[in-house]
Amino acid sequence: MKPRALLLNLAVAVIALVVLFPLAWMVSVSFMSTGEAANFPPPLLPSTWTLEHYRELFVTQGMGRYLLNSVVLATLATILALLFTVPAGYAFAKLRFRGRERLFQLLVAALVVPAQIGTLPLFLMLKGMGLVNTYAGALVPWLASIFGLFLVRQYALSIPDEMLEAARVDGASEGQIFRRIVLPSLKPIVVTLALFVFLGSWNDFLWPLIILTDQSNYTLPVALAALSREHVQDIEMMMAGAVITVAPVLILFLALQRYYIRGMLAGSVKG
Amino acid sequence: MTDIRLNAAKVEAEAAGRPSRRPSQFRARERAAWGFLAPALIAIGLFFCIPVAAALLLSLTDFDIYALADLANLRFVGLQNYERLFANPLFWGAMRNTGLFALFGVPLSIAASLLAAVILNDRTVKWRPVWRVIFFAPFVTTLVATAVLWNYLLHTRYGVINWAITSVGLPAVDWLGDPSTSIPAILMFVVWKIFGYNMLIFLAVLQTVPDDLYEAARIDGAGPWSRFRHVTLPAIAPTVLLVSIISVASFFQLFAEPYVMTQGGPAQSTVTVLYFMYEEGFKWWNLGSASAVAFILFLCILAVTLVQLWVAKRVGAYE
Repeated sequence: MKPRALLLNLAVAVIALVVLFPLAWMVSVSFMSTGEAANFPPPLLPSTWTLEHYRELFVTQGMGRYLLNSVVLATLATILALLFTVPAGYAFAKLRFRGRERLFQLLVAALVVPAQIGTLPLFLMLKGMGLVNTYAGALVPWLASIFGLFLVRQYALSIPDEMLEAARVDGASEGQIFRRIVLPSLKPIVVTLALFVFLGSWNDFLWPLIILTDQSNYTLPVALAALSREHVQDIEMMMAGAVITVAPVLILFLALQRYYIRGMLAGSVKG
Repeated sequence: MTDIRLNAAKVEAEAAGRPSRRPSQFRARERAAWGFLAPALIAIGLFFCIPVAAALLLSLTDFDIYALADLANLRFVGLQNYERLFANPLFWGAMRNTGLFALFGVPLSIAASLLAAVILNDRTVKWRPVWRVIFFAPFVTTLVATAVLWNYLLHTRYGVINWAITSVGLPAVDWLGDPSTSIPAILMFVVWKIFGYNMLIFLAVLQTVPDDLYEAARIDGAGPWSRFRHVTLPAIAPTVLLVSIISVASFFQLFAEPYVMTQGGPAQSTVTVLYFMYEEGFKWWNLGSASAVAFILFLCILAVTLVQLWVAKRVGAYE
């Protein structure tokens, strides 16, 4: 029994090394002085630790602006997605209205269609509306999340009808019921959805690449992709840029991983 | 539809029979429901349904940079975009590359996920919840940033991967510079990034397998491999099948990886269908032709999804 346990724990350690080494190396290289990473064999730790690449990114490469764009866009996307999808998901789960089942089936069928298909007409549409190269244009796809609606509905099904009926008998309006009873009981799934949207918007690449044409509107991934084409040689600076881009989402995920993983499994295994 | 209408009529009739204020309450509730739904439905209609439908129409036009300047230059060309694509070797190259990514990427990533899940599911492994989160972490990282990182890990002269290879005496590989290794190199990165996702799904399913089954198999003298073969695999097989098909659809949509790591090169060896669509649409502004590419991609994904639904039904029938 003993050697088997040892073997398995060793296997886990090896996988963990493969998973973590690239991320750890990225952080380490970002603190090396210029040119140090371009050596063979590749150095593991900086000989002297320096912040010069972070300084250069913020002072001369406009990283602060990109960071701000990413933070603002991801935050707005999260707020808007919640405002649009949470009430609708609840309505599909708990309110009776004509055509509910048919409408829901239609939306489930639409889940099959990848959003990229509509990318080109959406771009033309937003161009017509003058929204190319604006925050509003970048936010538009996050308003129409069928997946989010679906996630909220599945969770809202578990709210007991008796609770809602009791509130109605007491004379509460539908709006009051939603605010005082439904929202508090939906809290876990709201956190999950918020996390999904925030990370999704932060990490998104194709849409911001298309819609944000002016450099001052770039988000971190778009800016990083552009930088990496210009500064292929500057390994240390590129790693500092990658750290700035990855660190916020990684920390957010680690802090809220329970919500993320639970929501992910609810959306895939059962759904 | 008639059922719903009948029910609604019945409820209203019942309500009307009572002296309470039920009918108005029923109407108020329906009105409230539409109020809750309206923003989401309008957004989905405007920014999802219309663009998707318009993509089909756009693919039947010669929408290009002249039409972008003045819509009077727009003409309906029927299926010409499709005909031209099917005669274009670059398009077929993109289809072939995407197929290769899926053909090798799906089994590789599923195998990695399954291996990690089976190991982590073992009770003798310590700190399992910690490993679970760590193995999943690359999945939530920003694709562009980790792609830039892997560019350096794969660097021919200074990369860690070539350092590991040469230190065991093998020759260095020009991973991203050689058309024969560019797809394997990108796949290494992709598997590293995504294996944690399916691992979590497999782990969730494995945890539903009762320990008694393993215990019974052990008492019957089954070794580790035979326990995996006769207890684990039957329990997890339907999930593996479904997850594989879903993975095919996601491998069809690779874009940022070649965009950041190789720009489609070397020698067009990593141009994927989505990358081809992006260049056709937003580099050359052939929006009509790019829409045709998008629509073909959609049909491919739809075909895969139909297979998935069919399999899900068959698998469900066994249970």
